[in-house]
Amino acid sequence: MSGQPLLKVQAVETFYGNIRALGGVDVEVNKGEIVSLIGANGAGKSTLMMTICGSPHARHGSVIFEGRDITQMPTHEIARLRIAQSPEGRRIFPRMTVYENLQMGAGLDNLKYFSEDVEKIFKLFPRLKERQAQRGGTLSGGEQQMLSIGRALMARPKLLLLDEPSLGLAPLIVKGIFEAIKKLNKEEGLTVFLVEQNAFAALKLSDRAYVMVNGKVTMSGSGKDLLANPEVRAAYLEGGRH
Amino acid sequence: MTNITSRHEGAAGDLTARALREALYAGLISLGLFVLFVGLKSDQNIRNELILVPRWGLLAIFVVIAMVGRFLMIAYLQPFLASQKVVNAATGMLPDSMASRFFRLPFFIAAVVVSAVMIAAARGLPDNIAAYATIIRGLAIIYSLACLFYMFRIFITTHFTVLAVAALVLYPIVIVAIFGAQGSLKWVDNFGIQILIYVMLAWGLNIVVGLAGLLDLGYVAFYAVGAYSYALLSSTFGLSFWVLLPMAGILAAFWGMILGFPVLRLRGDYLAIVTLAFGEIIRLVLLNWAEVTNGAAGISGVAKASVFGIWSFDVSAPNNFAKAFGLPMSSAYYKIFLFYLILALALLTAFVTVRLRRMPIGRAWEALREDEIACRSLGINTVTTKLTAFAIGAMFGGFAGSFFAARQGFVSPESFVFLESAVILAIVVLGGMGSLVGIAVAAAVMVGGTEILRELEFLKHIFGPDFTPELYRMLLFGIAMVVVMVWKPRGFVGSREPTAFLHERKAVSGSFTKEGHG
Repeated sequence: MSGQPLLKVQAVETFYGNIRALGGVDVEVNKGEIVSLIGANGAGKSTLMMTICGSPHARHGSVIFEGRDITQMPTHEIARLRIAQSPEGRRIFPRMTVYENLQMGAGLDNLKYFSEDVEKIFKLFPRLKERQAQRGGTLSGGEQQMLSIGRALMARPKLLLLDEPSLGLAPLIVKGIFEAIKKLNKEEGLTVFLVEQNAFAALKLSDRAYVMVNGKVTMSGSGKDLLANPEVRAAYLEGGRH
Repeated sequence: MTNITSRHEGAAGDLTARALREALYAGLISLGLFVLFVGLKSDQNIRNELILVPRWGLLAIFVVIAMVGRFLMIAYLQPFLASQKVVNAATGMLPDSMASRFFRLPFFIAAVVVSAVMIAAARGLPDNIAAYATIIRGLAIIYSLACLFYMFRIFITTHFTVLAVAALVLYPIVIVAIFGAQGSLKWVDNFGIQILIYVMLAWGLNIVVGLAGLLDLGYVAFYAVGAYSYALLSSTFGLSFWVLLPMAGILAAFWGMILGFPVLRLRGDYLAIVTLAFGEIIRLVLLNWAEVTNGAAGISGVAKASVFGIWSFDVSAPNNFAKAFGLPMSSAYYKIFLFYLILALALLTAFVTVRLRRMPIGRAWEALREDEIACRSLGINTVTTKLTAFAIGAMFGGFAGSFFAARQGFVSPESFVFLESAVILAIVVLGGMGSLVGIAVAAAVMVGGTEILRELEFLKHIFGPDFTPELYRMLLFGIAMVVVMVWKPRGFVGSREPTAFLHERKAVSGSFTKEGHG
């Protein structure tokens, strides 16, 4: 790990009103890595994701991206630093067509690479090409997830944040989506920070991983180590494995 | 797509086998059905005895027809229809309409020629053939009429905008030609101008509610700002309509921003309540700030608009329009001028809306309506997006307001009550949020409908002389809304037209989408 990490989350504490959701979290993501964050419901995984995006802002601690403090930056400006997010629940634009959704992802005024990037997305997810004229709301869950990731990729991100891409999807589709993520990481060196409940799939995919419990990171290590770790196995894998 | 075609190739053998099998069944069934009806015929012989005459040849023909038909149906027709459906399901595109294949120009010409030939040749034919000729002629005529109707429909739908605008431009001319200058007043003013004001207001509100998805219950406030801007500035400073029209728009846009700031963080019901309050605040200020606004008495004698300052519609002015053209004095000219003015303003609103929808700001509005969080995570500044929506929507309200003041010659807080906001919003919702055509239709139905109620004198004969249909207009309004919302929950035009296309303008219509999802 030479040089500074691409994303550095330092002692971040985030509150919803008076309730502390994150209690001093430290996470690092290096360039070209797939890093995943696993944990149970309510552990604060999505809150950390949203804190990186500046909504809500961290009350204490700092979020550093490419050596720049983005802790208090408004969300839309963070997005323009090319931190793209596929948010929890996918949040595609239901009344817009697939094509328009992708266009929204490319940013509103910079459409220089648009047609090139769209072709790339269509190659990665051929289903989207078939359905390009269809409204986002008419897609199946898996297709919506593909669209959500595709839309995020349209921004040519330096860092891709994926919040629960496997949520509510059939195992086969999850596998396809994880393979696509792996491919992007291998071929284009895309840096991915992944939040997942599906610990087994996430750990298998990741270079490194963090385990979160009650707003704190309790364990970290390589994906392989954590997969073998008896505590992790007991808490997140046994019985949860498909 | 690839796997679908390969599946077809692999299934070709199965399909023929299945078709043969089904054909066999069909043959057996038809044999069973027809053996007594067709295969045997009861007859009388020479001694008046009942005998059965076998007709095995005819029976065989029936069975063969059934078998061949079933085979063709299974092997060719069904896969063809299915392939049509498969294409639709995969691309989400509507089918290349069967009608466009059935009604074609060459077929139409052929049908016309056939019917002409049949008519011409009918006389020279012997009777038994002439009957067939009549049938063919009838079919050809029906087909060519259907063709004409279909082509007319296509023409209307493809040139709808041009035709609609042309009809509106010609409307006063036609009305004057029918009813004369004085008789046209009612039709141009009550139906034309009144409806177009609401069309424009609804199109303006459509930017806020339909595109940006910000529920605004106080839109009439901007209408009031525009009307009072014109009334006050023209009577105080004597400025002309054409100077004050843009100024009224700018002032209304400014007030739109003022409203926008406090409600930036609000959505849905909360936003609706604050905007409702805002509308009431503006009205109460107009009512109570009597030194400036003259309170409930309102401002009368508001100057009329002029034709760009060249001709005036003031009776006493030397450059009076009627005098300049040597026409008899009539208030109809002013009304007709106002009709074209509001038509131009409404078309400007539509034009700006259509253009903005294709521009980044318009797409940001629509994205904001769909999902605010996703918007922010895609780098859209939701603050400026909301403020511009409020400002631009309000601007058109301001334009309409200054027009209203120039038309009425009188403004008072009476005209800007909450009910007006509700009616405008109802028009937007009934028409289908975001759809310009739907909203125009809804405005015509709603406003024109209430005007027509005044005309329904015959109802007095049914319900007695005390019956005043106008009093029931709100009831009818409500019933109409309930009926439309039950039958067309997305409004008259419920589907959203995409603004970005890869190849063709085709999309699954909104009616295929679950409510609230598409």
